[in-house]
Order: sequence, then C-alpha cells, then structure tokens
Amino acid sequence: MSPSPGHDVILKLEDISKVYAGTVAVKHANFEVRKGAVNVLVGENGAGKSTLMKIIAGVERPTAGRILLDGNEVSFSSSGEAVSRGIGMVFQELNLFGNLSVAENIFATRELINAFRKIDHKGQERRAAEFLEQLEAGIRPDMLVEDLRIGQQQLVEIAKAVSLDARILIMDEPTSALSAAEVEILFKVIADLKARGVAIVYISHRLEELIRIGDYITVLRDGRITGQEEMKNVDTQWIVRQMIGSDAKDFAKADGHQPGGEVFRAEEICLPRVTGGLAVDHVSLSLRAGEILGIYGLMGAGRSELFDCIMGRHGQASGRIFIDGKPVKERDTARRIQRGLALIPEDRQREGMVSILSVASNLTLASLSRFVSLFHIRGGAERQAVAQMVRELSIKVADPAQEVSSLSGGNQQKVVIGKALLTGPKVLLMDEPSRGIDVGAKADVFRTMRKLSRDGLGILFATSDLDEVMALSDRIAVMSNGKLTGMFDRAEATEAAIVAASALGHGPAPHTETNAR
Amino acid sequence: MTDIPGKATASAASSGSLLLTLMKLRTFIALIVVLVFFSIAAPNFLSAANMILMAKHVALNAFLAMGMTFVIITGGIDLSVGSIVGLCGMVAGYLVLNGIDLQIGYTVYFNVVEIALITLLVGIAIGAINGLLITRLNVAPFIATLGVLYVSRGLALLSSDGRTFPNLVGKPELGTTGFGYLGAGKMLGLPVSIWILVVVALGAAYLARYTPLGRHIFAVGGNERAARISGVRVNMVKMFVYMFSGFCAAIVGLIISSELMASHPATGESFELNAIAAAVLGGTSMSGGRGTIGGTIVGAFVIGILSDGLVMMGVSSFWQMVIKGLVIIVAVVVDQAQRRLQSRVTLKQMAKVG
Repeated sequence: MSPSPGHDVILKLEDISKVYAGTVAVKHANFEVRKGAVNVLVGENGAGKSTLMKIIAGVERPTAGRILLDGNEVSFSSSGEAVSRGIGMVFQELNLFGNLSVAENIFATRELINAFRKIDHKGQERRAAEFLEQLEAGIRPDMLVEDLRIGQQQLVEIAKAVSLDARILIMDEPTSALSAAEVEILFKVIADLKARGVAIVYISHRLEELIRIGDYITVLRDGRITGQEEMKNVDTQWIVRQMIGSDAKDFAKADGHQPGGEVFRAEEICLPRVTGGLAVDHVSLSLRAGEILGIYGLMGAGRSELFDCIMGRHGQASGRIFIDGKPVKERDTARRIQRGLALIPEDRQREGMVSILSVASNLTLASLSRFVSLFHIRGGAERQAVAQMVRELSIKVADPAQEVSSLSGGNQQKVVIGKALLTGPKVLLMDEPSRGIDVGAKADVFRTMRKLSRDGLGILFATSDLDEVMALSDRIAVMSNGKLTGMFDRAEATEAAIVAASALGHGPAPHTETNAR
Repeated sequence: MTDIPGKATASAASSGSLLLTLMKLRTFIALIVVLVFFSIAAPNFLSAANMILMAKHVALNAFLAMGMTFVIITGGIDLSVGSIVGLCGMVAGYLVLNGIDLQIGYTVYFNVVEIALITLLVGIAIGAINGLLITRLNVAPFIATLGVLYVSRGLALLSSDGRTFPNLVGKPELGTTGFGYLGAGKMLGLPVSIWILVVVALGAAYLARYTPLGRHIFAVGGNERAARISGVRVNMVKMFVYMFSGFCAAIVGLIISSELMASHPATGESFELNAIAAAVLGGTSMSGGRGTIGGTIVGAFVIGILSDGLVMMGVSSFWQMVIKGLVIIVAVVVDQAQRRLQSRVTLKQMAKVG
C-alpha cells in the first residue's frame, strides 16, 4: 500500500511474537503506526489485538521481535517507560480509582506538587477541567469517579490519556460504553488530535465506526496479521473476510436431528442498570429440546446479564421464565438449578470454579445432593460420577484429587461444563464457552455441545464470535443494547444481517430496523 | 480437604518434594520439637498428671479454635468468642444460683443438664446474631463480631454488676447439684472435658470431610461467587459457621465455670486471639478456603504446650508472649514458602506430563 503524504511511520513492530504459558497470542506480527492518522486494528475476540497493544504500551514484553520508535530500536520494561516516550493507552478495562476524584485520577502518579511537595489540588483540578472541557462531558474534576456512569468513566480514562500529551495514543474499545452523542464528541477529539500530528491506534469491533474514522486498517486473526490496507480502499466485506478467513475452524458437524418441543421460554426479561436504563430490555425467547440457540452480541450487549437473570442472580430482575411450560417461581439460584437450569459463566476464574479445590470437588459442587444419604457423602458414588465425567468430556487430569488450578484453560472449562452437566440440567446456558481456551479444547467443547443437543438438552450459548455462532447454532438471536434485535433461522442467516442487527441502537450506525422484531 | 494426593507428590521424588513434605508436616514437627524440648528442659514435664493437666488447658483453646477454623475457612473471622465464653459462664452461674424468676411468685430452677443445654443455646443464638449481621445486613465479619464482642462482654458484666457468681454447688432440694462434673469429672481415667473435645473434634472433622455442608464451607471460602452460581446456599453456610463457633464458645464457658465452681464476668478475655493463633498455626489460611480440624487441634496443642512448658521452666510471662508471637509469625512464613514450592512442584509435574 502507498501511504498518503504526511503520514510518516512513527512506530514499527517487526516480527513480534508473544507466547504465554501454553498459547501463542501473537505470531510474527509486523505493524506500522502512522503519524497524524487513525490506525485501526480489528479482529475477533482472542485474535491478539489487546496483547499487541499491551506490548506497544510497555505492559507486556514481546517474546521475540523488535520495536522501532522513530527508527530506533526500543524496549520498554514498564508502562511508565512507554509513557515517558510519548505512548499513552486507554485500556479496555477501566483502570481508574473509584475512591479518588476525577482530577486525582487524571494526574495519578504524576501529581502536580508545590514547593513543599504537597499536592496542588487546585492546579490539578484547573488543568483537569481543561481536558474535560474538550470532551464536553459535564464532568466536574472534583467528582468521585465511582459516582460517574460507566460511559463518563470511560471519558475520564480518555481525558487521562489525552492529558499525557502522547505522540502515540492507543484506544482499546473506547466506545464500548459510550452513548451515540458521546461517541460523536470522542470523534471530534480524535480529529483534533490527528490535526496535531498524534498517531492514534484505534481498536474496535464496530465496523461502521472504523470505516468512518480510520485511515489505515490492520486485521488480526489468531495472532497473525491477515490484512493491512488504507481504509479508503476497503469495505465491510473485505474486513469480515480478513477477520474470519477461509480456513474453517474445527466445528463439529450438525447431525441433522430434529429438535423436540419447547423446553424453555423466557418472557419480558428486564434488568435495570445501576446507572439508569435497562441492561436487559424486555427480552423474550423460547428454546426447544435438542436445539442450540446462539445469542450473538457485542461486549455490553446484555448477553451475560440475560443469563444472570435467568439463573436468578439478580433480585431486581423482572419477567417470567418457564421450563417445560411450567412457570419457574423460584427466585434463588440453588432452586433454579434443581428445576433444571445450569449456567457455565463467562469468567471461569471468578465465577466458574473454586480454584483451590480439587477437580473432583469442583465437578460435584453443584450436584452433591445426588451423592448423599442422609447427610453423608457416599465417596464411592461421587468418585464414580467424577470418573465418568472425566472420561466423557476427556478431561486431561492425572488424578481428580489434583487442584483444578493446575489444569490448562481448556480442561478447566471442561470441569466447569462437567459441574453443570452433573446437575442433570434440561437447559444449559453457556456464556462464551470457548473463551480463552486452545483450539483442540474448543473443538472438544463444540463436539460436547453437539452431543448434548442430540441427547435432548436445550442449549443457549452467548458469543461475540461470529464464526462460532454461524457454525454451531440452529437458530441465532442477536442482542444489542440489552434488546433482542434479531432472530434468524440458520438457513436464512447471513453474516451481514447479524452484524447489522448487533449494531442497532449503537453509536452512529445509520441502520434501518428491518431485521428487528 | 486441602491435601494433595500422596501419589502425585511421591512420584516426583525430587528434593523439592521432600522439602515440601517436611513443610506440610510442619505443625506436627513443631509439636514434636516442643514435646522433646520440654521433656529434657522441664522436670516432671512428662509425668501423666502434668500431661492431663496440660490437655485440659489445651482443650479450652482447641474448642474455640475449631469454631474459628470453620469461620476462617469461609473467609470470615469471629472476634466475639472470648466474650461469648464469659457471657455463657455467667448464664450458667446465674441459672444455678438463682433460676428464673417468673414474676408471679414462682422461681423455676433447672437441673444441671437443662442448664447446660440452655447455655449452649445462648451461645448458638449469639453466633446466629453474628451470622445475621454478616449475611443479612452485610456488615463485615470483623466489625460485626467486634460489636458483638463488646455487647456480650457488657451483658456479662451487667448480669452480676461485675461481681463473681461464687460457689456454684447448687442445692440438692432444687436438683441443681453436680455442676462440677464437666470440669472435674473423669471417665475412664480422662477428664470429661477431654472426652467432650474428642467427640466434638471427631464430629467437626467428619463434617468437614464427608458432608455437603463441609464441602460448601470450603467452596464459599475458596470462591464465594462460584459457590453461589453452583447453587450453594452461601448465607446458610455462613450462618452455620458462626453458630457453630458460638456453640464451641458456650462449651468453653460451661467448662471453665464448672472447673472453678464460679462464674466471673471477665472470663475469656483475649481468648479469641489464642483461637485465631491456633487455627493459623494449624495451616488455616486467613484468606479462606484452606484449613483442617486436625491441623487446628495440633496447632492448639503447640501453643498450649509451649506456654505451659515455659511456665514450668520459670520463663517470665513477658518472654512467653514474645516467643508465642514469633512462633506464629514463623508458621505463617513457612506456610507461604510451602505455597510457592507447591506451585513450583505442580508446574514441574505438569511439564513432565506434557
């Protein structure tokens, strides 16, 4: 590609690789960042975008390869070092101190001090006000960060990065929590920074957004860079093609069994957001026995929250759910599990398993009552069930008494799935079941899902992986901003229609609501 | 519960795993070390009479430490046990001496068994208050039990205006005699309090290992969110551990006032700290999820023998405190080192397996 004049390369990554224990996150990546331009980086979840950015920002160190800044090789041992070289980053997860004020957050670690080494709060607030002014957010610098809406917090994070006076500014999904109006303001700020010659690296899932503000685009897939172009030469189709690629992943084949009758129905599920509005907005759906219903949506679309509501984890949720046509009146998780619901949560470490307990204890944690006579756990029956689950899910473990944290991510995920299956569920809710596990384990998980649906289990699974939802689902539901914005049969579903439905109600995308219902 | 299978560790017979085994047995080794040391250094230490006396001392702390172990495994703390000991002692003493005045000219006197049961119920009820504060009102365990510590101690002092209830012999015509049995009685040559300890300890160890409730206690401490999603009734589990802790404290209150044949409202001050020390020494992790009843009992014995042995050697009580503190710190440091070594050995095994 031939760069436009004036867009000199300021930062260059040459043949960068990053290996974590067991997985390769980035493979031989070459990436150029140009001055005075928006350099877009796009790819599916787990493609390695965030890892690549963390390498640039000095948070992670590459396993191999060189980083060239202004043509000179550099290596950052900490993010502070990268900041001192003019590289700033807006992180995807908010890195703010909720108990401190906005101004204190913006100047954290580089506090303005007076002659007596006392923090100059007045000065900080004055300076912070200038940055916040640009963002037109109506945030006062003396407000506590925890009192702000998530969107406003994201703006504070952006103000913090802008205040660094960085030459290179990395924004990792900066709009994920912003309203349409706030997105417009952010774009104005970005245009302003561009005019001042700042190089911006912009990561997002929202293709319309990228096409609108990007100058250069780089696509990552499975840790490899699969395409690099000037934005004016590409369209949505090209991006999707580069993101997904032609080589099919190992999805278990559908076996053509016919789903049975309705096993689960949710009606008008609503969950209020703490900051106002609805995180889950009047969602109704039904699931048949032996059917796999994929729920596609971007981060924050409300998929996990919907699952939480179904499991009874939120007291303030409203709506009705039915299993086999009978209403589920129980409001707590324990009794909903007894009614035949089971959840495999998205965050394995925090919600899926008790990492210091053994594989066996984790597997039977949700179903202990099955192995109990009076109050005594029958060790034999428990061991037998554990052994059977280990075999069925091909969990690689030398001894089930081993701590579960000693397993690889994929095997841990299988333990979490096994725990849910041992409760004998009728409906299985799987939230991002393939997140953070390697290819082989993914294939195992997908095969298991197929097998379970053949055995008559109803499966609801949420994902932000387009490929996955297309390949595995019998039907596809799309969520956006807490609403159900699309419902497709597999035969009629197209990637374009799904992506369009997932962007409804988000940002500046000027889409008609033809797919909504 | 937290034991790693012997098979896996033994198969990697490197120096690392030998060290690891030694570290795992550290509380036992410490117990043997103090026993051997005092048998040599303190005359009469090994006599049967002294052993039984020490066991009686240790038993008091061991009861509290068992209750504390369950609480700490769920990730909480119970600072109120010392005060519950005091209050329960006063309740028992009051009932023996005064019975309950029904305000209609009659006074009900209970026999000793009934008094013991009522006292145990009082302990359990105070534990339930702790539990309700923590689960329903979301008060941090440290604060909730600190508040209950003061309230219980205050009530104990109020019950007698700060005086001792002396001479709890009881009156034969009221059927209140025999209160001394718990503290001074013997069965098969061993003091009754030791037998009670054996029974409660076996029950607690069984509970921890072979019942769903026990498993849930560990799960709640290991990862409360995951436990909740798996259908564990987290609030019920927490209620239980605080009630059990109150129950154990009530036993101690009964035993002490029975031994002394008197109830003093200041009984049990700072007992909670000894109980925490014994639990930690026995390998209970303050961050929750790890611990065993057996370890805690051994920990209580190490602390008890250490202090009794030092007394017999004539070491000043000031030095005793210094030594006790050092032993606790060393125990936790070794515990941390064991965790690190453990994870290294596990990684090595994983690498070997592939």
